[in-house]
Amino acid sequence: MTDLIDRPTTDIAADPGAPHHDDHDHAHDGDHGHHGPSGLLKWMTSTDHKVIGINYIVTSVIMLVIGGSFAEVIRAQLVSPTSTLVSFSQYNELFTMHGSVMIYLFAGPFAFAGLANYLVPLQVGAPDMAFPRLNALSYWLYLSGSITMLLGFFVAGGAANFGWVGYAPLSNAVNSPGAGADLWIGALMLTGFSAIFSGVNLVATIFYLRAPGMTLFRMPIFTWNMLVTGILILLAFPVLTAGLVMLYCDRHFGTHIFTVQGGGVPLLWQHIFWFWGHPEVYILALPFFGMITEIVPVFSKKPIFGYKGMVFATLTIAALSLGVWAHHMFTTGAVLLPFFSIMSLLIAVPTGIKIFNWIGTMWGGQLVFSTAMLFSIGFIITFLIGGLTGIYLASPPLDFFAHDTYFVVAHFHSVVMALVLGGMAGLYFWIPKITGYMLHEGIGKAQFWFMFVGTQVFTLPMYLVGLHGMPRRMAVYPNNPSWQTLNIWESVGALLIGLGTLLFVVNVIVSWKKPIVAGDNPWDASGLEWFTSSPPPHHNFVSLPPIRSERPTWDYNHPDAPALGHGHAPAAATEKVDA
Amino acid sequence: MLKQESIILLLLGLFFGLMGAVYWGWGHEDGGGIMLLGAFLLGMLPGFYYFWWYRRTKGNRPEDRADATIAEGAGVVDSFPSTSIWPFVLGMGCFCAVLALTFGIWFGVPALALFVAAFVGATAESRRGGDV
Repeated sequence: MTDLIDRPTTDIAADPGAPHHDDHDHAHDGDHGHHGPSGLLKWMTSTDHKVIGINYIVTSVIMLVIGGSFAEVIRAQLVSPTSTLVSFSQYNELFTMHGSVMIYLFAGPFAFAGLANYLVPLQVGAPDMAFPRLNALSYWLYLSGSITMLLGFFVAGGAANFGWVGYAPLSNAVNSPGAGADLWIGALMLTGFSAIFSGVNLVATIFYLRAPGMTLFRMPIFTWNMLVTGILILLAFPVLTAGLVMLYCDRHFGTHIFTVQGGGVPLLWQHIFWFWGHPEVYILALPFFGMITEIVPVFSKKPIFGYKGMVFATLTIAALSLGVWAHHMFTTGAVLLPFFSIMSLLIAVPTGIKIFNWIGTMWGGQLVFSTAMLFSIGFIITFLIGGLTGIYLASPPLDFFAHDTYFVVAHFHSVVMALVLGGMAGLYFWIPKITGYMLHEGIGKAQFWFMFVGTQVFTLPMYLVGLHGMPRRMAVYPNNPSWQTLNIWESVGALLIGLGTLLFVVNVIVSWKKPIVAGDNPWDASGLEWFTSSPPPHHNFVSLPPIRSERPTWDYNHPDAPALGHGHAPAAATEKVDA
Repeated sequence: MLKQESIILLLLGLFFGLMGAVYWGWGHEDGGGIMLLGAFLLGMLPGFYYFWWYRRTKGNRPEDRADATIAEGAGVVDSFPSTSIWPFVLGMGCFCAVLALTFGIWFGVPALALFVAAFVGATAESRRGGDV
């Protein structure tokens, strides 16, 4: 089925005959004459960015639950120093697949392919992504990659067991024989191409499909962050895919790219992997930074503090992120310590600007502690802990001391748990737009406290046990009472996080059974996505407001409010009166 | 047109080039140096293309102008398939190709069949066009 993709003919203010805003919910009636397939066929054939975005979000949340369940087994194993809940081999598979599922199959796809797919066209006033069929292909590659990775548990020899970083020569055919490792490599190739296609689509959509008046410096910060994420994806992911092809060739075609015996260089894998791996940290984090930057102003009843500062901080993070990869390799003794230390420390500056800007936005605002806002504050606190401990690890002498201990595990779990909290903030904020119905706030707040307290109870003892010298990736540990006590606390924290995740599922079911209609703009938010109906119609908009600032929906709904033009143009309200 | 977009890419590319020069000049490590050279080129190539396009057209698109009205960008953008089975078919072809890497070359047969079907189907779909 083929459709014309078109933009609204008139803006609502310029057309005196257009319906008033209160009536413009052209809306819950759905499709505006779009009659496509339904059910399974719709899921398989849709090229609508909203359907694909929802597919990504649901699949990635399922991956979060799967990856989280692996973590619960790991934590159950570590409650006792000599537990035999799982074998050593199974433990290796579990921590490898936990990391792989969470990084490759949940955190990235949820943000840069799920929410971004759904929101970016809406936020820039576009009818769809620039390449709808490529977008659909991207999802199928992601889904088939996810299945491929999990297939590893069902083959002889089990799943990949060399850690989510796949270091050579541990990952070569001699040290890691079997189909599980090959499936892991194949899965990353599929999800890698999926990410590259998503990056192409994001950049093209933002460069070419913005609505009139939506200049670059009027784009919502989430969209800005997705543009920069898209550019980083295009820079980083091809490197990983190339490395995976080399690794596969080493395993099966007799090449010796990463083996010393044939004149290869094992360290090259680490260079390649981390040249992707550290930008990947920001590919993961920037979308969540963007979500928080959208949410905090809405529930502070203020515009974002330092819009341009946020944009330049994002660009600076992207620029620096390609120069820090070898801080993961300090202890190899074969990398340029001062260069990577300086670059890694520098990246704290733009990240700090973001933290201060979020605080500056809240400062003096009329704070509303909705579930989305609570999760956002939880994100800021947890990310701050993860970021500050990252500064320690950017210093080679401290990294030599802490490398491969639980301190490093704690550092990145503070960071990634901050992303999980940020993701929950995003879901509570945008699910009313996606589904047309609110999530239950009471259950949401209970979920927040479970997950936020759980995160700190989970990570803080991990820092301590790491400083005491406990190495990572060990299924058993010395019978040291202080280590065991700290490990028990970590497991309690993991359990609380698991219960919090379960509460989210409960909330979805309760909200589905007792629906509360959200309306077009339940939060009185400012971006273009809140101007259209909930859920938006096919091709997103029947009409658009004039875009005269970075808050077009706010301008339209509050014509008497002070203009926010940054000197670019007169306020929207003026134009509306003129029209 | 696309002026700011090109400047962003050119500045990122220049930064990667500068960083690469410092890195390679300081550490003489080839792998990282080449990857940074690649990053430099990936910034400069599209950046220069967009800048050339901007210099050639000189015009400001409605989305680049702060005072543009919605009506200026109204109308048909293009014709696209709103539904298409071919991305699914191509995705399953890629799935089979990856399984062939693990379980044996015989998986390549359905992979090839799905690739051919997807390319033919998607091309025919595009040639058929929409109701423009």
